[in-house]
Amino acid sequence: MAQGKVAAIRSDLDIVIARTMARDTAKALGFGAIDQARIATAVSELARNIYLYAGTGSVSVREIERSGRKGIEIICEDQGPGISSIDLVMQDGYSTSRGMGMGLPGAKRLMDEFEIRSIEGQGTTITSRKWRT
Amino acid sequence: MESLRIPILKIENVLIASIQVALHDASAVQFKDDLLQRIYDTKARGLIVDLTAVDVVDSFIGRLISDIAAMAGLMGTRVVITGLQPAVAITLVELGLELPHVLTALNLEKGLAMLRRQVEESGDGAG
Ligand SMILES: Nc1ncnc2c1ncn2[C@@H]1O[C@H](COP(=O)(O)OP(=O)(O)O)[C@@H](O)[C@H]1O
Ligand SMILES: [Mg+2]
Repeated sequence: MAQGKVAAIRSDLDIVIARTMARDTAKALGFGAIDQARIATAVSELARNIYLYAGTGSVSVREIERSGRKGIEIICEDQGPGISSIDLVMQDGYSTSRGMGMGLPGAKRLMDEFEIRSIEGQGTTITSRKWRT
Repeated sequence: MESLRIPILKIENVLIASIQVALHDASAVQFKDDLLQRIYDTKARGLIVDLTAVDVVDSFIGRLISDIAAMAGLMGTRVVITGLQPAVAITLVELGLELPHVLTALNLEKGLAMLRRQVEESGDGAG
């Protein structure tokens, strides 16, 4: 399995760096143009959330394999305030920052698997995967 | 850190801005402010934002584009987005973003033709 890559999120510039890293990795793994755009867009949303709500964190990207299928796994981690109700933040249009509230539900739709683990006061880890068709 | 300014060209009564770099959030907001100021200064009747070179439109940029269109509309300026890549259009819809108030055209040429027609129809005359 190939070595993963990590991008630290500290500023809005790092959002662009993280999504470019994810796109390049997806491309190298053989994902087509539309999946590359889906993956880059999902990472853009999740990295912006880290920047906006936690201040700092990281995005890691790696190749995965499950029962002969190859895919990409993206882990977005922060030690920010955490999310108190995952059901609430997964609703289209819910935002505490007058954003569009489409980042989390949208990223979930763009990826194949999407899991949020969050502890209030400790931080949030979002693991998402997409499988190559 | 200084943000990259996107050049805004004026041809007759239409402004054209082509985004050629990956916009980070601060430069995207700068771009919106620059555009609205140029519309005000030039009284342009139309604005084309060309996204041919843009490979990611997330909810932040999507919101910015619809804000530009809505605000320009209030100033009497029509906005056409051109060159949206198929992968970007598909991703926008899956993300759950519709861009209300935003007209789209396949490319710059078609976008210009669309604006010319609209401006003529609204009786303002071209040029
Ligand atoms: N990493 C995070 N840490 C803490 N809260 C978060 C995080 N990501 C998202 N949230 C919360 O979830 C809400 C919804 O996020 P999202 O769907 O991306 O919409 P938006 O960013 O436009 O508000 C945010 O407004 C915020 O309250
Ligand atoms: Mg968000």
